[in-house]
Amino acid sequence: MSQLKSKRNYLLIAVAAVFAYFYHKDGAVTTSVVSTAISFGLPLALAAMVGIMCERTGIVNIGIEGTMLISAFAAFFVASTVKSIIIGLIAAIVVGMLAGFLLALMAVSWRMDQIIAGTIINILATGLTSFLFKQGHTLPSAMPEIDIPVLQNIPFFGPVLFMHGPITYFGLIFIVFLWVALFHTVWGLRTRAVGEHPGSADTAGVSVLRLRYLNVTLAGAVGGIAGAFLSLELVGSFERGFTAGKGFTALALMIFGRWNPLGALAAAMFFGIAQAVTNQLMIDQVVNIPQQFVNMLPYVMTILVLAFAAGKVRPPAAEGQPYEKEQA
Amino acid sequence: MAPLLEVIGVSKQYPGVLANDDISLTVDSGEVVALLGENGAGKSTLVKAVFGLLRPDAGEIRIKGEPIVFGDTNAVIGRGVGMVHQHFQLVPVMSVAENIVLGDEPRRGGLLNMKKARAEVRALSERYGLAVDPAAMVEDLPVGMQQRIEILKALRKEVDLLILDEPTAVLTPQEIDEFLNVVRVLASQGVGIVLITHKLREVMAVADRVVVLRGGKVVGITTPKESNEEGLAQLMVGRSVVLRVNKGDAHPGKPVLTIKGLEVRDDRKLKAVDGVNLEVLSGEIVGVAGVEGNGQRELVEAICGMRPRAAGEVLVGGVPTENMHPHAVHLSGISHIPEDREKHGLVSSYSIADNLVLNQFDQEPFARGWIRNAGEITKNAHVLVKQFDIRTPSIKATAGTLSGGNMQKVIVARELSQDFHVLVAAQPTRGIDVGSIEFIHKQLIAARDRGAGVLLVSAELDEILSLSDRVAVMSGGKIVAVLDATGADRAYIGRLMAGLHD
Amino acid sequence: MSVNTEKKSAVLKERRTFDVGSWLIPFVAVLVAMFIAAVLMYLQGASPLTAYTSLLKSAFGSAPGIGKTLGKATPLVLSGLAVTIGLRAGLFNIGAQGQLISGALASAWAGYAIHGLPMAIHLPLALLIGAFFGSLTGLIAGALKAYRGIHEVISTIMLNSIVISLVDYLASGPFKEHGQPLTRTAPVLKSALVPKFFGLPLGFFIALALSYAVWWVFRRTTSGFRLETVGRNKNAAWYAGINVKRSILIAMAVGGAVAGLGGAVETLGITGRFEPAFNAGLGFDGITIALLGRANPLGIIPGAILIGGMRAGAASMQFDAGVAPEIVDLLMALILFFVSAPLLTRWLRRGKGAASSVTGGWGS
Repeated sequence: MSQLKSKRNYLLIAVAAVFAYFYHKDGAVTTSVVSTAISFGLPLALAAMVGIMCERTGIVNIGIEGTMLISAFAAFFVASTVKSIIIGLIAAIVVGMLAGFLLALMAVSWRMDQIIAGTIINILATGLTSFLFKQGHTLPSAMPEIDIPVLQNIPFFGPVLFMHGPITYFGLIFIVFLWVALFHTVWGLRTRAVGEHPGSADTAGVSVLRLRYLNVTLAGAVGGIAGAFLSLELVGSFERGFTAGKGFTALALMIFGRWNPLGALAAAMFFGIAQAVTNQLMIDQVVNIPQQFVNMLPYVMTILVLAFAAGKVRPPAAEGQPYEKEQA
Repeated sequence: MAPLLEVIGVSKQYPGVLANDDISLTVDSGEVVALLGENGAGKSTLVKAVFGLLRPDAGEIRIKGEPIVFGDTNAVIGRGVGMVHQHFQLVPVMSVAENIVLGDEPRRGGLLNMKKARAEVRALSERYGLAVDPAAMVEDLPVGMQQRIEILKALRKEVDLLILDEPTAVLTPQEIDEFLNVVRVLASQGVGIVLITHKLREVMAVADRVVVLRGGKVVGITTPKESNEEGLAQLMVGRSVVLRVNKGDAHPGKPVLTIKGLEVRDDRKLKAVDGVNLEVLSGEIVGVAGVEGNGQRELVEAICGMRPRAAGEVLVGGVPTENMHPHAVHLSGISHIPEDREKHGLVSSYSIADNLVLNQFDQEPFARGWIRNAGEITKNAHVLVKQFDIRTPSIKATAGTLSGGNMQKVIVARELSQDFHVLVAAQPTRGIDVGSIEFIHKQLIAARDRGAGVLLVSAELDEILSLSDRVAVMSGGKIVAVLDATGADRAYIGRLMAGLHD
Repeated sequence: MSVNTEKKSAVLKERRTFDVGSWLIPFVAVLVAMFIAAVLMYLQGASPLTAYTSLLKSAFGSAPGIGKTLGKATPLVLSGLAVTIGLRAGLFNIGAQGQLISGALASAWAGYAIHGLPMAIHLPLALLIGAFFGSLTGLIAGALKAYRGIHEVISTIMLNSIVISLVDYLASGPFKEHGQPLTRTAPVLKSALVPKFFGLPLGFFIALALSYAVWWVFRRTTSGFRLETVGRNKNAAWYAGINVKRSILIAMAVGGAVAGLGGAVETLGITGRFEPAFNAGLGFDGITIALLGRANPLGIIPGAILIGGMRAGAASMQFDAGVAPEIVDLLMALILFFVSAPLLTRWLRRGKGAASSVTGGWGS
């Protein structure tokens, strides 16, 4: 364990050193790359939180992609129709919770195969958004960037961390909050117990089904916020197939981060940096590779990450298995 | 004052079985009541009813004079009823303190107060004299310690009535003694205890009263003083006891199975089998006795190619067998009745006919080249169903629809109908009905009499003693003694199993 | 998630393939889905009756209509078959899309770039090349599963995206038709085009024959029994001497080949060249079709024809009733939902329906 920690510390120092070097060479570009990396990484990180909240209670959620897609859609079209970003955001959260609830219904109550249940959510979301999609909508206004006073003036860290849209701040705070909740609250203890050994929680008077419903539905809300971030804050529009596999990549990040919110956040930021750096290299024409190969990057990285993590991580033990009270 | 627990005329009908038939009993404070009965006698149905997990068809259950509401387990728990399950309900990757406080956690503000949790656990363990380390991870603890945590978990809820379900199944004899002391201490503090078991010695040692169940009925209520082990056993099984197996003398021949210096690691990479040497001769049954978890499972799996052999060799008729390839081992002459029949032995959604050829589906005559031969598969199934008394409406029925005993007969039929020199039987009669047990015992002896060497591994010492010609006692991953079964002294074997008498 | 196959598989006891019970369920699922879609059309101000009548007429009402339907159904049968083969072996191959596109581009290349061969050689060769590249794409996911324990649902989805980028690059770069602004390949030569057979696409009959062959393999051969045993109980399969890893590789390779052939048949029989947008969604339809057909290689055929008809009639439905053709995507999603969710099963059987499971958790 301590060996692992020191390994991680060395890695962090190395990363910091690299950034310091580039910042020293070209402050403006480095700042913008890192700031972009956060914007690229955040939706992945939030989506990974959806996975963590579900899997820690023993529910596999492969429907994150669909949850984000349909929430991004709802956010954009509601916001552009009623001319209110806030109501768009609320719509995304509601739709996300509905998707989560539907997954809970299929996986917890109907005891369906959880992979199929998640796939149904993905295909339903694709079908619905593709049918309801209409060209020509625009947002009433862009999501405002909120620059935190004083803090934004810190060199490098100011622009990187404190000049973002509201969902970015929320997301980063939420991830830390989830980490605290998972490991230091009653909810977290019960959630982990249900995901590892539902019988132990059940016999201790914790309702397995209720907690699973709660977590999967709340996770849906987080997925809704991730979707709203994409359509309202990051891009400001919506297209068919808008989420482009982020929900699946998030599952890989969840695994790579060992079902730990901070681990998944780090993994997501790594993905974000990889993409931001690649983009910058393309802009500077340092490298000249076809755009399609750049597009492939996150997918190839996802597979590599999983291949690397294979056999080294232990998922929650009760994952994927419906709970039957009679067995207890 | 009303008794702690009153069960009044409870009946529960399942499709095909009357699991509880007009059961009545009472438990008072400070009293240890043993609920004695075989598998299937109705013990667990009764317990579920007490917890409100299932609704009896008739009768009533009262706790401290108040009837319980079915479906509301938490209310039952709230009224001071605790339970220690046979299968531990512990989260392996959490600490002892986390496990104990789960469900009723000390808080500080919105957060979990682990410091207080650990203090509570320490206080609790002092009060009942059950030493535990609150910070230890449960998965790192020995089984006896895990059970102690289960008991503490129940005690923390200020229980008045504690139900212990088969608590000693996985304990060593010393751990059992310790456990029985704990039961006495609890009773002296006024806790009413229901001890569910089929082990007579424990009943005689701690029970104040004994309620014997058979076939869902209460067939006797007595006390250890008024009864003895033989009498209780007879009540429990309903006929003259001990499954006497009729067998002739063994005619051992040449060694067929030779195990040399075998070392095997368990799932956690710890050494589970530590340098085992053992020989099984043709025409004899060698029983491996031991408390569960002393390497028997790993031994069997390594012999049968299901688990890597870290060191050593397994030879059949002097020829080394392949490591980690169960089918190759099978082809070299070892038939195997695996411990987990539904995981390894059968494909429960396949027909009986397909299951009967599962490990020879691509061999003549069941396949001609690439094409499976449905005619031969059917013919084989008809023959074996009859020969092995597999009770099924059709050979096309899926294996999953069969009772445990009949599933096991399908495996036995498949394994014994092929050529083999060695038969390895792992827990061959666990959890099956008495009729099937007798049938399988006869088959094991018949295999021996036809000249095979049989290695029998069982957690039931009685089964080992009644079937085996020689008994190998396993403890701590080693074979600590090999004895002649005739005239073997149970008590001596028990001490060997416990790791005494090195 | 499964990354640790060995450990998890010890937990999973048994997987059931579908409860191949009542064929009423798919039928009712389709009706319920169509009803819900009708309500949505109505809410959008269109007439569902007009829409469905127009759909029916244009898809099944005339000989050319039927020809078009069967043409659309052909790659659907094959992608449904690809998913079915996976399901039988306990794998949820949702990468038929990528496998199909690989096959489509590869066969288009073989169709325009290889010159001077007679049709008797060129056409089968182009089809085989399509199947080969589909198979390769499937095999990658199979290998990732067998050797690294990566769940096929994630790897196949990632491969779908990778393949889409890759073919886009190829079709807009090395394989691009000269002197054209569009991202597409040159047209396939005549000698590689799949001919029509009495006005009906020959590819459809190839698909039917293949479905029958797969059905027969699973029913009668030791190879089929091997795959199916792995799908139902991996531990028992391994214990009985079946090479589980090899079975996973075979199932993914064969499934991929079938999907790739679907892409090839579509390219060489209908579109005549490769253009990225041509094949959108065909592979995902395969999931719905496979589940609608209860993972039975013959059972998928009616579902594929039904959905082929919807795809074929969508344009005229838009023309006559003003309903967006994407209604078909929605219908497919609803059908998938109703056919897989046990609530219909329960309702039809008064609570006796067993939950169906194909894939278990991550660990499978």
